[in-house]
Amino acid sequence: MRKLEFLIRRLITSLFVLIGVSIIAFFLARVVPSNAAALYIGPKARPEDIERVEKQLGLDKPLPVQYSIYMSELIRGDLGTSIGSKRPVLQELTERLPATLELLITAMVLASLVGVPLGVLSARAQGNFLDVIVRTISIVGVSMPAFFLGLILQILFFRNLDLLPLAGRVSGDLRFTSPVEQITNFIILDSFLTQNWVALKDAFLHLILPAVTLAAYPTGLIARMTRAAMLEVLEQDYIRTARAYGIRDMIVTYLYALKNAISPTLTVIGLTVAFALTGTFFVEIIFNWPGLGLFTVRSLLNLDYPAIMGITLFGATGYVLINLIVDLSQAWIDPRISLK
Amino acid sequence: MSNIQTTSIETSQSTRTFRHVLNVIARDPLSLASAIILVVFILMAIFAKQVAPYPEEGAGRTNVDNTMLAPSSEHIFGTDRLGRDMLSRVIVGARSALIVPIGVVAFAVLLGAPLGAIAGYKGGWIDEIIMRITDLFLAFPSLLLAMAIVSALGRGLENAAIALVISWWPWYTRLVRGVTISLRRRYFVEAAQAIGVSDWVIILRHILPNTISPILVQATVDMGTVILAMGGLAFLGLGTQPPNPDWGLMVSEGRSFILDQWWIATFPGIAIFIVVLAFNLLGDTLRDIFDPRQYR
Repeated sequence: MRKLEFLIRRLITSLFVLIGVSIIAFFLARVVPSNAAALYIGPKARPEDIERVEKQLGLDKPLPVQYSIYMSELIRGDLGTSIGSKRPVLQELTERLPATLELLITAMVLASLVGVPLGVLSARAQGNFLDVIVRTISIVGVSMPAFFLGLILQILFFRNLDLLPLAGRVSGDLRFTSPVEQITNFIILDSFLTQNWVALKDAFLHLILPAVTLAAYPTGLIARMTRAAMLEVLEQDYIRTARAYGIRDMIVTYLYALKNAISPTLTVIGLTVAFALTGTFFVEIIFNWPGLGLFTVRSLLNLDYPAIMGITLFGATGYVLINLIVDLSQAWIDPRISLK
Repeated sequence: MSNIQTTSIETSQSTRTFRHVLNVIARDPLSLASAIILVVFILMAIFAKQVAPYPEEGAGRTNVDNTMLAPSSEHIFGTDRLGRDMLSRVIVGARSALIVPIGVVAFAVLLGAPLGAIAGYKGGWIDEIIMRITDLFLAFPSLLLAMAIVSALGRGLENAAIALVISWWPWYTRLVRGVTISLRRRYFVEAAQAIGVSDWVIILRHILPNTISPILVQATVDMGTVILAMGGLAFLGLGTQPPNPDWGLMVSEGRSFILDQWWIATFPGIAIFIVVLAFNLLGDTLRDIFDPRQYR
């Protein structure tokens, strides 16, 4: 019952936040720019076009009316038309989403799989050599700019070692030799489903460097936070009791302590998704990865205004949803949270 | 009377804390190294014109006879596509890549901290309004919001800095509000209330001075993130515009030549990494001393 109440309360808060997000986006799109209509047409705006678009956007109407028109378009999924491609922004975004998600999910899974054990190891060996090494790795991870790490990895693994491809999502000749049938647009998944092993291997090799670059920051952060949470838990009485009973160290650490340290770690994993989301902008540029990030940067540089506003709304909505999922899963893991 | 006394006690306490901080930093080799590196970089940025071997090239003057020279004794970091000495570019670039982010954090604190103190001290509907506004700003990934603001205001260093201030202030509002709530019930605040000191004076003289150490810790930790964000905006072409130097922009300019002329992107990239690393190490030490999480 309490859980249901928490769920409903949390959903309502998210809804209000999303309305607020739409207001901020509205202000940035229509109120802050001195000539919003000109921005919407792009750099080649002629005076008669500006007048027409001003009417079309309703810029001559009072602000509350403008906002309600804008909202009714948003609810219908109308984010406007991209200046660059002349196609609906929503379509541009949803088409590119799988590429970005493929990268983002791989990076986050990698960061969690590496970061959590590193944090646990480091906490168990507090003050030892291993602890120092893990702390160094994690602080280097959070201090390294993604746009620089990507370049270093390219020099190392493409130019010097010639092990991994330089950029792109698949090799250029793949669509002639063994084309991937598009089902979900997640290339790894599609080539797996269609048992296209050549493509699977190719796509996997292309994914390694971008995913590692993107994972560096989250890995560092997750390792640090897991370490801190574990240290706190390992000091508690019930752990000492378990140890006094002679229960094996592995069981105490991974079964008893980690269970209670996982909740703060989960918050951090949720938060770092946001960092990773903006990290994709840099990683996608460097590795020429055809996802949302590459589209975002191209839109920013070409002043493709409807696209920029669409991305902002899209990104913020994704972020709000991630936070919601983190909160709900925390309440599910730790019942005390829904009681607050 | 009592006012004067409490202030003097607080001052002596804060001098003691300050000495304590210096002591801890001096004894920890990593923190000491970080502090020294940061001081050197900041001085280098301030006196860039005097320190740089080729100050005009650092600021953007091209030298077509010297394009893409590899590092040598004459040009320790080599030269770029337009023949400019990379060392000078890195030194002059520290202004927009390091000094501007320090300003960004300072402005975010100046904007966010008083709002947080007001929200925490007043409570009620004022608190509710201020905190709901921060919620809205925090609903965006910071860098995405900054990018949207830059695109509304127009590209350039100043607008990028404004955009980052707008996306960062809510964090300080939250922090200071938390500290203020814990301070509100303390005797020195209640005593001031009892003798009829006005709310504004209490906030300014009794609350805000006591929020300085958690703010300082948070600001040091945030510096790294803000430098990365600023460098990122410059890398994407939204911050500093050419021919002005900026580390992020220089990495972006050198990206096309990374496989052959590696030095163009590498040295500015290392500069960002070192400065961010130093701030993070120093932030960790400060956090261990003060632990602002206890207020949250």
